[in-house]
Amino acid sequence: MKGNTQNKWNIRAWLFVIPSVILIIAFVFYPMIQAFITSFQTGMVDNLSFGGIANYKRLLTDSTFKKALFNTILFLIVQVPIMIFLALIVSSMLNNKKLKFRGLFRTAIFLPCVTSLVAYSIIFKSLFANDGFINGVLMNFHIVSEPINWLTETTFARLLIIIAITWRWTGYNMIFYLSGLQSIDDSIYEAASIDGATGSQKFRYMTLPLLKPIILFTTINSTIGTLQLFDEPMNITQGGPANTTITISQYIYNLLFKYQPNFGYAAAVSFVVVILIVILSFIQLKVGDKNE
Amino acid sequence: MSKKSKVMNCVQYIILIILAFISVFPFFWMVIAATNKSVDVTKGTLIPGTYLLENLNTLMSSDLQYFTAFKNSLMIAVITTTLAMIVSSAAGYAFEVYKSKARDFVFNIILLSMMVPFAALMVPLFRLFSKFNSIPVLNTIGLNTPGAVIIIAVATAFLIFFFRQNTKTFPKDLIEAARIDGLGEFQIFLRIYMPTMKSTYAAATVVTFMTSWNNYLWPLIALQSENKRTLPLIISAMGSSYTPDYGMIMTAVVLATLPTTILFFVMQKQFVAGMTGSVKG
Repeated sequence: MKGNTQNKWNIRAWLFVIPSVILIIAFVFYPMIQAFITSFQTGMVDNLSFGGIANYKRLLTDSTFKKALFNTILFLIVQVPIMIFLALIVSSMLNNKKLKFRGLFRTAIFLPCVTSLVAYSIIFKSLFANDGFINGVLMNFHIVSEPINWLTETTFARLLIIIAITWRWTGYNMIFYLSGLQSIDDSIYEAASIDGATGSQKFRYMTLPLLKPIILFTTINSTIGTLQLFDEPMNITQGGPANTTITISQYIYNLLFKYQPNFGYAAAVSFVVVILIVILSFIQLKVGDKNE
Repeated sequence: MSKKSKVMNCVQYIILIILAFISVFPFFWMVIAATNKSVDVTKGTLIPGTYLLENLNTLMSSDLQYFTAFKNSLMIAVITTTLAMIVSSAAGYAFEVYKSKARDFVFNIILLSMMVPFAALMVPLFRLFSKFNSIPVLNTIGLNTPGAVIIIAVATAFLIFFFRQNTKTFPKDLIEAARIDGLGEFQIFLRIYMPTMKSTYAAATVVTFMTSWNNYLWPLIALQSENKRTLPLIISAMGSSYTPDYGMIMTAVVLATLPTTILFFVMQKQFVAGMTGSVKG
């Protein structure tokens, strides 16, 4: 067929993709290799020399790095499961065709996704300020007797970051599950109802297994996102109090712009994120494969 | 309906109402706050005030150059989106239409770039772009230029993948017919593919625009001089002030959130399609 020869990958096909390929190599892969090389260099600003694994050794004794790593992983293992679970529950409720105001609920819960991370961080910061709205409500209802120090007390500051991220991203994940649920034939659910399955049974034995690939995708997505968490702690707590909400990305930023710029060490820290992403994505894919 | 399932039904509505309320409340609060004095905002007022114009005035007359930031953000988002639609869609199209082994290899490499965290690129990109400043032509994308922010968002694995996926629904007969009519390959792309795939472009446009509009970390690194800053940078700076004027800050936040919110309500379907990476119909 003539058409087949015309659809061969040739010089014209290259012309279509070459701008993208150049940009991605120049601004993703080339810098990535640069970062790897830089992570073995020591020295200040542009005066770098080979330092072996000195930067990686320093990681082991750097207490701020350990804090940043701990916080990032804490946010990951606490926040991601809560959010995924919440998004699953909400989407299976919204998938019920008999539900009234479905569209309204869906729009409302999805709405946080349109805000910029900075904008919503500022809103949360003022809502949860010492003399802010949330403390006012809590005190009016006599739930607490004095204002909670959301921004300056470690436990509450961490809780606030988790609340904020959950608010922003639950609707986003919900949308993935909803579009997954729409592709499942309603008659399966009806048949299950006739057989006497309860709502929670249907959720456990039908919804979860059918959505498994999408749950896997969103989990990996959220893991990668949380490991790079920056905007929220930067704008809500500034990493405080005493670095107890600082994340790895924020620490890298500080190493570059807040302290005396140390490119080599910052690059080494950033490679920890790369390694974590690779390991965690790999584990999640393996676990996802096993649970048939 | 049995009594038990009626109760369950009720519980379901209560949960959804609570969640919807929590989701929308910060928006409501931000609009209310924008119309009130800073003192009343801290007092926790929930009644619309009459202070909006004063807040706007304070905002515009402050030395934060809010209006300049708004212009910068708009210009960057529009140019980024326009270029991304051309560059990324061309790649997505070609990856689906033309076939060979080399194609799969190149495509997989591009997909791999999705796994690279921006945290790992921060250091080298900053150094790379600072070198551009002293090189002719490339200095248009050096640090402290809008170009620096635009250029790294023009070709993304996400968009290329998105366009490739959606090109699967593009009727290939149209390409054959156009070739017989004597159209060149680029003309086919511009005059047949682009108009046919309007809904795909719409979905990609809203999401790319929003991502660019809301982008924070790279602009924070790349745009350090005051008059080059974008909205998220200005708002972030306001939020970290020691004596925050909440009325003014919330006015700034409302104005910055308005474009994406309007876009969302006008094009909700495309929004959702673009975010989940799928377009139906």
